[in-house]
Order: sequence, then C-alpha cells, then structure tokens
Amino acid sequence: MKMIIGRKIGMTQIYDEDGNAVPVTVIKAGPCVVVQKRTPENDGYSAVQLGFEEIPEKKVNKPMLGHFKKAGVNPVRILKEFRVDNVDEYEVGQTIDVSVFQPGDVVDVTGWSKGRGFAGAMKRWGFRGGPKSHGSKFHRMLGSVGQHTEPSKIFKGKKMPGRYGNERVTIRNLKVVKVDPENNLIVVKGGVPGARGGLLLIRSAKAPKIRKGEE
Amino acid sequence: MSMDHLVRIVEKEYLKENIPEVRPGDTVKLHLKVKEGGRERTQVFQGIVIALRGSGLSRTITVRRIASGGIGVERIVPIHSPVLEKIEVVRKGKVRRAKLYYLRNIKGKIKIKERR
Repeated sequence: MKMIIGRKIGMTQIYDEDGNAVPVTVIKAGPCVVVQKRTPENDGYSAVQLGFEEIPEKKVNKPMLGHFKKAGVNPVRILKEFRVDNVDEYEVGQTIDVSVFQPGDVVDVTGWSKGRGFAGAMKRWGFRGGPKSHGSKFHRMLGSVGQHTEPSKIFKGKKMPGRYGNERVTIRNLKVVKVDPENNLIVVKGGVPGARGGLLLIRSAKAPKIRKGEE
Repeated sequence: MSMDHLVRIVEKEYLKENIPEVRPGDTVKLHLKVKEGGRERTQVFQGIVIALRGSGLSRTITVRRIASGGIGVERIVPIHSPVLEKIEVVRKGKVRRAKLYYLRNIKGKIKIKERR
C-alpha cells in the first residue's frame, strides 16, 4: 500500500514512442510526514495519519500544536488518514515522498469535484430538455416527475435540480507516467477530480485493472 | 513557483530542441515516420505552411500541398511529436497574415513572394 497527499497542478499532453499524444495530469505531491498511527488495539482499525504542507507554528491552535509536539513533527496544514494493512511498516515522523511510486504503477486518485452550485436537471443528471425552437416553450425543464392519484407522491431519490459538485470523487486505475522526486511531481495518465490547486489523495489501486488501449 | 511553471518542468523533457524557424507561407518538407507492416520508413511531405497553432509541447503545424489530380491535401502535425523526424524549410514566403486559409479557395496557381 503506497499513498501520498498532493495538489492538482494542471493538465498537459506528452508523446509516447509511437507519436501518440497522451493526456496527463501533473500533481505536486508530498513530502508527507507520518503524524500518528491508528492501531487495532487502540482505535479498532489500522491506519496512518499523514501530514502535508508545513505551516509556521503560530498558525496552529494549541490543541493541534500538542498533537504535532507529541509526534515530534513540524505543524502541517493537511492531515489525512489512510487505511493500511500493517501499521508496523510505518514510523511516526517518517517522511513519504513521490519516489514511493514508479512509472507504470496503477493508482486511485481521490479529489473533491468542482462545485457547480444549484444546477438544473440537464447539467446535474444529463436530462435532454426540450426543443430550443419551433415554437417550443419547454427548454431546460425536467419533464414529468411521477404518476397521478396512485401513488400521489414523488418518489424519494427522484432526479431533480439541486446542489451539484463539490463532493468526494475517486478515479480508479490511473497509470503513473512519470515521477520527479526532485520537484515532488507525479504525472498520471488522464484527468483527476477538482480544480487546479485542489487537494488529492493518491493510493496504489485497490483493484488494479488494465485500462483499454494499454498493454 | 507558479503552478504553470511546474507543468513546464514536466513538458521540458519532451520538447525538441533545434527546430528551425518556420513561418506561415514557408514551403517546408516534413520528414514523417510511417509504420508499414512492421517496417518503419520515412515519408516526405512537401507543402506550404498555412497555420501554426498552440504553444509549447502542443504546438502544431498545418501543411497544405496540391496532390496529383489537383486535390488539396493538408496534414496537421504536432511539432514536438516523435513521428516528425525533421522539418526542412525549402523556401521562405512573404505573407501578410498568420493563417493562410484563403489558399483553400484559390483556383489555379498559388503565388507567394519570397522573403529575404
């Protein structure tokens, strides 16, 4: 189990040996520090708490400062837990950087999708809407929402307009194309959730699967 | 360090150096790698540059030539693609716009002044 915390930098394209343009996302990840270990005896599950992005001590409140002091690490902005099979492989204070990953690894990337506010049914659920012209007065509405006297209610979970985006999304099985430990960069094939600068959690794939069009 | 700068760091490794200065209106030879039944050979495509598009690693060149039978053929090639082995400038042309799409509508001979 390999994992790291990062931020989305942006997308670009690179070329493989055959001259195919490959869409890639550049992620600035780590270095992360192990702040705490969760053990089955203590917490009922095993996980490690990783810290990312150091910040000055004066930016941290006292309870958090105590938490960092206990681990003997510098204060960090982001703390995230990652489930691991065996916590004994990790030490508190240990740093993890991008070099844990190698090109060719398959990873799952979790991020928070772009918030779209109160979105209509067409954007949120991909409804078709109505004709734009030819005298039509029905453009982007969602159409019928149910039946009549029976059941005389709208079923729960009916797809309707509402808040869309800004939710946790995991993209599975992205291939690592390049790792640059010098600049703390990791490059994966394809897109990842969220805006540029958004927080990302990168883990080795839970169920590795070779994507279509790859060897 | 800006975010864009970090993307440039990744791209830098794939950028070709020593690409000749090419402008719209120039006549160029594109040396393209072609795979044919497991064999690789180089194909030369000569024509007029009618557009240059994009920046950095994703910059592309559009080259137009009149093939046999008077049929216009255009190829759009990413400049930094490994498929493009070499660009050779045969003739420098003097034109007054960046995109020479009007050449598509010209019937008969295309005349472009030489640039010195």
